[in-house]
Amino acid sequence: MSDILRIEGLSKRYGSVQAVDDVSFGIPEGICFGLLGPNGAGKTTTIEIMEGITAPSAGRVLFRGQPIGKGFKAKVGIQFQSTALPEFITVKETLELFSSFYDRPRPMAEVVELCSLADILERDNQKLSGGQRQRMLLALAIIPMPEVVFLDEPTTGLDPQARRNFWDLIGRIKAERTTVILTTHYMDEAQLLCDRVAIMDRGKILDIDTPEALLAKHFRGVLIRLPYDGCCSDALSGFEGLVTRADSIELQTETLDRSLKDLLAAKVNLEGLSIHKPNLEDLFIKLTGNALRT
Amino acid sequence: MIIKQFGALFKARTMEYVRDRGTFYWSLLFPVFLVLGLAFAFSGGDDKLFKVGVVGVQDPSVALLGMEQVQLVPYPDAAAAAERLARHQIDFMIDFTASSFAINAESSKGRLVRDLFLAQQATAPDGSGNRAVTFSETVVTGKATRYVDWLVPGVIGMNMMFSSLFGVGFVIVRYRKNGVLKRFKATPVSALNFVSAQAASRLVIVLLTSVVVFAGTNAFLHFMMRGSYVNLLLLTVLGILCMISLGLVFASRMRSEEMANGVLNIVTFPMLALSGVFFSLEGSPQILRTVSRAFPLTHFIEAARKIMLDGAGLAAIAPNLLVLGALTVVFLAIGSALFQWE
Repeated sequence: MSDILRIEGLSKRYGSVQAVDDVSFGIPEGICFGLLGPNGAGKTTTIEIMEGITAPSAGRVLFRGQPIGKGFKAKVGIQFQSTALPEFITVKETLELFSSFYDRPRPMAEVVELCSLADILERDNQKLSGGQRQRMLLALAIIPMPEVVFLDEPTTGLDPQARRNFWDLIGRIKAERTTVILTTHYMDEAQLLCDRVAIMDRGKILDIDTPEALLAKHFRGVLIRLPYDGCCSDALSGFEGLVTRADSIELQTETLDRSLKDLLAAKVNLEGLSIHKPNLEDLFIKLTGNALRT
Repeated sequence: MIIKQFGALFKARTMEYVRDRGTFYWSLLFPVFLVLGLAFAFSGGDDKLFKVGVVGVQDPSVALLGMEQVQLVPYPDAAAAAERLARHQIDFMIDFTASSFAINAESSKGRLVRDLFLAQQATAPDGSGNRAVTFSETVVTGKATRYVDWLVPGVIGMNMMFSSLFGVGFVIVRYRKNGVLKRFKATPVSALNFVSAQAASRLVIVLLTSVVVFAGTNAFLHFMMRGSYVNLLLLTVLGILCMISLGLVFASRMRSEEMANGVLNIVTFPMLALSGVFFSLEGSPQILRTVSRAFPLTHFIEAARKIMLDGAGLAAIAPNLLVLGALTVVFLAIGSALFQWE
């Protein structure tokens, strides 16, 4: 499959801050692409350059092999991280307003259905809850029948129920074979929705691949986690693949049975031990060396 | 396509205004109350003096000039004095250069002063003991201009200024700050189309508000209207356009509402003080009068008063219209050159 969007050598500098530092990658058509990173990693700057909203300091963005040009805005749908809506007009009126901007907008009924807006059509924009607002902003993004939808941290600040509902909506858009580009700092979200992820920190891409390939590349076996009380560092010093954190010790192993027996033999206190399969969150912590700075 | 976008943006902005009840009623009721209140405050208690306009070198033998109850107002020429006489701003005029005096046929006070003057002149000797020079009588006509007739263009102009500058300038800055502009930037709508729709919506709103305020206060106060309503409307449209364009200059870049508020106040207060909204600048220092010529509000109010009080036609207010037109073009050019979505 060919790349619908490619960025090459992208950099963006704000004063003395290098927000994006020589980033290049391609996004195949029809997938859900996740740009993951902690706050301040450069995700929003990167995605806004791809949207054509922010001009890069260096590098270029190619849409279907061509630099993004005049018709680009009519072919993409964008949901920004924080957008106020025009005040004193209803959801329905706002949808009508945005529909008027495009030559062939998606029929209103379809937008309402896709984003579950039927119950709030007559409500004033100012009176929407967090989840309703995000659904509304998603609706604005899909009005143009976009070839690419950009979603910048669409579920930040939503309660767990609203987040799950929102994932459902993104699933419906994915089902239309629309390319979705998503930034998030929720790893469960990325794991659930994304076909391909790039992990970003301090303006650079640390790694990029399918979630499965990334996990296979960086982890083998499972993770054993123990609470850390500072007492047993000597007893543990012989173990390979050991990572000590502020409040826990993590041991990566392909031979779980053997490792557990070794721990017992070393007389390590196993109270509070947990075993889990590595996920994107573990990978993220491993790559950035940070707990998520949410 | 562009027209469809324009229409939808116009509709959305206008609904936003109409549904924002606070702003809606404020912009209608405030000027009405202001005009009615000031009309009431200035209705009674005119001073007890007779005002006599004098032209040329005063003859000390004219007894009227020395009277305690008479206030003398010198004028450079007879035409200027006659103008004031016609508007009842003075009660009587004596032109020493032409040995004539004049009254306003519609002023009873004026007739009283004339009778007094003639009686005094009939008995008084001149400086050399001879009979006084005889003065010929002329008569002008003209209805009295009340303060409120003079005030109403000022109040409507003021309301127009606030509504245009804040309604366009402030609102676009708020849109920029809270991300509404960024959202529009991400659509195929052009900045020009967006801004034009905002300006057009505000033009219609301010024009209708001005008409309603005028009609509403006119129902009680019956303003003097010697000129044409069509010309007044034309002038008002141009005045609003000029103010909106000025608002767009401030809206082009700023992203802080507090900053916008401060800057708009810095612009509106000198205009409020120096454009002759509540009082005439006649007699104030030349420098202030010169500065006030640069303000669009000065030209609107001046031209509106010429139409209403003097019955001026378009030709007579052409200089004001030209200045307003030129300022509009300059403001629009600056505004569009500077404009940024973000």
